[in-house]
Amino acid sequence: MAVATKAKSQTAKQPTKLKPQKISGAEIVYRSLEREGVKYVFGHPGAILLTVLDLFLKRSKIKHLLIRHEQCAAHMAEGYARASGEVGVCLTTSGPGATNLITGITDAYMDSIPIVCFTGQVATSMVGNDAFQEADIVGMTRTITKHNYLVKSTDDLAETIQEAFYIARTGRPGPVLVDLPKDVLLGDGDYQLPEKVDLRGYKPTTKGHPRQIQRVAEAIEKSKQPLLYVGGGAIHAEAHPEIVKLAETAEIPVTYTLLGAGAFPSAHELSLGMLGMHGTAYANYATMECDLLIAVGARFDDRVTGKVSEFATRAKIIHIDIDPTAIGKNKTADIPVVGDARQVLVEVNKLIKPQERPLWKKRIQNLRTEYPLTFDSPEGAPIKPQEAIVALSEEVGDKAIITTEVGQHQMWAAQFYNFTFPRQFISSGGLGTMGFGFPAAIGVALARPDKLAIDIAGDGSFQMVMQEIATAVQYDIPVKVFLLNNATLGMVRQWQDLFMDRRFSEVDFESSPDYVKLAEAFGASGRRIVDKDDIRPAIQEMINTPGPFILDVIVDPDELVFPMVPAGGATKDMIVRDSRKKILQGKLSALPDN
Amino acid sequence: MSRNANNTKDDTHTIAVLVENKFGVLAKVASLFSARGYNIDSLCVGVTQDPSVSRITLVTRGDAKVLEQIRKHLSKLIDTFKVMDMGETDSVEREMILIKISAPKAARPEIFQIIDVFRGRVVDVSTDTITVEVTGDEGKIHAILNLLQPFGIKEIARTGKVALTRGAKTLKGAKN
Repeated sequence: MAVATKAKSQTAKQPTKLKPQKISGAEIVYRSLEREGVKYVFGHPGAILLTVLDLFLKRSKIKHLLIRHEQCAAHMAEGYARASGEVGVCLTTSGPGATNLITGITDAYMDSIPIVCFTGQVATSMVGNDAFQEADIVGMTRTITKHNYLVKSTDDLAETIQEAFYIARTGRPGPVLVDLPKDVLLGDGDYQLPEKVDLRGYKPTTKGHPRQIQRVAEAIEKSKQPLLYVGGGAIHAEAHPEIVKLAETAEIPVTYTLLGAGAFPSAHELSLGMLGMHGTAYANYATMECDLLIAVGARFDDRVTGKVSEFATRAKIIHIDIDPTAIGKNKTADIPVVGDARQVLVEVNKLIKPQERPLWKKRIQNLRTEYPLTFDSPEGAPIKPQEAIVALSEEVGDKAIITTEVGQHQMWAAQFYNFTFPRQFISSGGLGTMGFGFPAAIGVALARPDKLAIDIAGDGSFQMVMQEIATAVQYDIPVKVFLLNNATLGMVRQWQDLFMDRRFSEVDFESSPDYVKLAEAFGASGRRIVDKDDIRPAIQEMINTPGPFILDVIVDPDELVFPMVPAGGATKDMIVRDSRKKILQGKLSALPDN
Repeated sequence: MSRNANNTKDDTHTIAVLVENKFGVLAKVASLFSARGYNIDSLCVGVTQDPSVSRITLVTRGDAKVLEQIRKHLSKLIDTFKVMDMGETDSVEREMILIKISAPKAARPEIFQIIDVFRGRVVDVSTDTITVEVTGDEGKIHAILNLLQPFGIKEIARTGKVALTRGAKTLKGAKN
């Protein structure tokens, strides 16, 4: 190691004259991970990786976790990255080991999550021969990675890995895949690195154009009814203090997307909560009434805008995003600003003067009173999922980082949990991957041991990944599953309820495991509750029991998520809770686009 | 790759892209088009005077909004470092075509005359056919194909379009 360090420093000065020391490909992989500050590798072994795996046995700086299914390795790496802001890493073997990663990689791509996936590959001489456990993973992941590599020579390995981490974590973050053929790992190569990565084809713009920033400030000053619309990009850029500052100084109400939850405190007087398909009615009505919409690290996703031609039609659009392709893709921006959300807002905040908007504030307040986010919980009725989440939020609050699966429970979690800090809410947004939350929570628990990692789960999603209880037990990771068990695929069932005359086809689980016994079978703990009175004591039991825990909360399967903007519909078509009866009478029976 | 007759010429754009001359880069560009549903009418790639750089010239179609996305997405690829719509500047565009024509003796004088007018070159002759090479812009290629059609075109091979800006201006430099 000492020799190599010396060689590296000399290399920087006289790259051409030095004869670098050769080390094995596996050694290069390990040293590169160390160099990038990697603490955990989520992996599943295979014969091709033997030489790399051997190093995890001999050294202790990087902890390798033996996960049970590669898809979950990617989600764990994502959970780690989403909670910490650092790059998550997974390592799997060739063929099926690599293909099993694909869902996780796509998930990371859609939500701009920095992960680096290392996959074993058959020897370069065998590539293309349909060899045993060969898969063209570079070809398969071309459109779902920010960038990917097939390393063809051990000499290229160190620099490739350095680039992979750099690309994953800079600009609009995203997944990068590095495919490692067996002979590249076995062979010897240079461990020589440039002092800093310089790619002529990759120079993300982080600083906003001063003229555009000036225009943003002027538009805010002129606006009577501005609205901040904050997405996941704001969290990646650590822009939250600037958002709070801007909102408070210029008195601008804030709404956030599913991935933007946590970027602005949910209980702040200027917070409107989440917008979009299942956003609050007042946030959605505010988008219809605002005269200036300031999008920060958000991409006008169809789940946010509904019918995009009817979205925020009265507003001038400011769009701040680090990715030029996000701007003008779904909605034309009047003032586009390409740049890092934090850096841009720092500059904007320098130009902003304190403003008061009593009329707009009052209007928002009225909307909030007129269309509150509520649910009914009649005496003697089954537990309502919303009340379980409210109880969880009140019991654990900012002590927890929440992950979710995908479906109704995810929307209720976003609606009813009181988020107070960024990276507190971790969810699969773009891809909507059922089975994301539990492995992600394992990654969260490792990234943030000071917090409690809780997966608010649906039973449909959890059944896709429940083998990972074994991983949590093996490494004693205290991850908690708050299982809202309605024995059905609630969100699909909701659409059947509203749009298919309640014909519930292929959604109900007529057989479900006993989740308490399941937890016990894996060596974890669990409890089932069916009565409202048991919710809070059970939550206390869950957080006070060491190790992984499943709290099986039996909830009402007929509960629906409201408000709801039907897919493809405009915000004005929003179904606020009260109007459900009208829908059932067939007034809104047309099947949405997607 | 098919050409839709309903598309107006205004929709068609020739885009030049400078890319790293590396394994897999062309596949990344092509995948971008198929994944996002953009059309490629023709695509031409070759190494430049700098052996580490290749130049891709592609012809694509779309309205202003689509074109903007295509340009931005091409720029976003890690391995691309310059993207330019050649229609936005004064440029020279050429493509080359090889045409194999049925050429019985009686028809040959007339065929030769047409080839002459178009400054084509005969590159192969057999007892029944002539193969001619023609270089030019799209209109010229289209015109000679029309004129040779009646003699019976047996086979053609086209390169797709390449383009350079006129004057001293070049495509070098940082990514836009």
